[in-house]
Amino acid sequence: MSVERTYEDINARIKAGKAVVLTAEELVEKVREKGIAQAAREVDVVTTGTFSPMCSSGVFLNFGHTKPRMRMTKVWLNNVPAYAGIAAVDAFLGATELPDDDPQNSDYPGEFRYGGAHVIEDLANGKPVRLKAYSYGTDCYPRRDIETTIKLEEINEAILFNPRNCYQNYNCAVNASERTIYTYMGTLKPKYGNANYSTSGQLSPLLKDPNFSTIGIGTRIFLGGGIGYVVWNGTQHFPGYLKDAAGNELCGSGGTLSVLGDLKQMTGRWLVGTSFRGYGTTLTVGIGLPIPILNEKILEYAAKTDEELFAPIVDYSESYPNGIPGNLGLVSYAQLKSGRFQLQDRDIPTAPLSSYAKAREIAHKLKSWIQQGEFLLGVPSQMLPGPQAALNGKSLVVK
Amino acid sequence: MAPEKIVLRFGAETSDKPIIYHLAKDYDLIINIVKASINPHKEGTMVLELIGERYSEGIDFLRKQGIAVNPLAQEIVRNEDKCTHCGACTVHCPTKALFLERSSMTVNFKGDDCIVCLMCVQVCPVKAMEVRI
Repeated sequence: MSVERTYEDINARIKAGKAVVLTAEELVEKVREKGIAQAAREVDVVTTGTFSPMCSSGVFLNFGHTKPRMRMTKVWLNNVPAYAGIAAVDAFLGATELPDDDPQNSDYPGEFRYGGAHVIEDLANGKPVRLKAYSYGTDCYPRRDIETTIKLEEINEAILFNPRNCYQNYNCAVNASERTIYTYMGTLKPKYGNANYSTSGQLSPLLKDPNFSTIGIGTRIFLGGGIGYVVWNGTQHFPGYLKDAAGNELCGSGGTLSVLGDLKQMTGRWLVGTSFRGYGTTLTVGIGLPIPILNEKILEYAAKTDEELFAPIVDYSESYPNGIPGNLGLVSYAQLKSGRFQLQDRDIPTAPLSSYAKAREIAHKLKSWIQQGEFLLGVPSQMLPGPQAALNGKSLVVK
Repeated sequence: MAPEKIVLRFGAETSDKPIIYHLAKDYDLIINIVKASINPHKEGTMVLELIGERYSEGIDFLRKQGIAVNPLAQEIVRNEDKCTHCGACTVHCPTKALFLERSSMTVNFKGDDCIVCLMCVQVCPVKAMEVRI
């Protein structure tokens, strides 16, 4: 008789201190030893982790009111503009936003030393941040400008809201051209000089639940060192399967998450301002999802190994910028993690942009939170669309 | 006058050219090659001690060949608090002074093997590699 559990069963076991929790890496070992069926009988929860640059990240802030009151039309934090086209003293600061005077790529390749992501890291670390704002005056909000210093603890709310995080799978980027190129996948040397990838493979949250059988609105997660939630699917959420040349389904690909959490619980250790030369700034975000082992099928996917998970190899000099579909082949995460792989007659050295060491640490941290009863599973109030929804991306057409 | 210590960084298109020959023959410089390496992608790095009256003309010649020239009066240090061990630097380090230790997947830095080419300083996404003069 195969195993069946509910979220409530597992939460009761967590509260009783009896839940069996393994990281996704530990599960791989367990399945090697005992097989799928036995592992599914023993394990209640599998924890995953990723620590990667995720550009679609930002924070909603509420600064509190001045006397006399002020609405805010334009807002800058450490000289980085924040969007203030919402209610008085609310603003949204995005990770990729740059100071108005940043040289960007005018001196190519630009350095992009400091942007919205770095402000978010500074806030999370409790550092003082310079706030500048102006507004037109109104009868109810007469004040027109302000310049002051804020700290995270001194403002009302700071809600991290990342509309597209935690990509299920990602391209392995190469450069087929004759010159070095500077991309969001890092610096790529000419003539396939290196291959950069950005997923934690067998630890990566959405690779371990390719059918979105356990992830939905209300799933409680590790986010930036605090507790956060999956609040919707991410933008560009087009879950499907990566297929080999013969059309066999290999592993998940294309899903994304919208996540939200209280920045005041987080630290700069798990939210790191990041700069890609010639590209821009982004936020490296630590995320961990618990996968409840509701049945054997869920465990089988959660136990997939680096040998069974693949990334598509994509040329970032020609195919990617021009939106040419397809890829140059597939490479397993085991090969990528080994430091090199063969593509036709080429031997290509690899580099991750995603920290596997930190992903492992996140999975262990989440495991210990659950074991200590500090973290219960969030029961999704609605599941996210999975591969069967057959969602596809639309193109933007110039009319 | 003591010789100047410099680091040269070559792209694949220049690493097979007789650069050192020209420094000696055309610019009459005395050269001591301290360290030299060419990686499988034919990118080269070289640490030289260089002395001679036409030193600055020799340096101009090198730069005109598209070779990056930097003084070796610097040291690279890793800011351990900042490094996230992502590994992005490892594929750009010409001497493998920066490398991923595969079982722990952490980035190690062997300062002795560093030739101060500054590639890691440019590619590190979190600015953990710092130049000390």
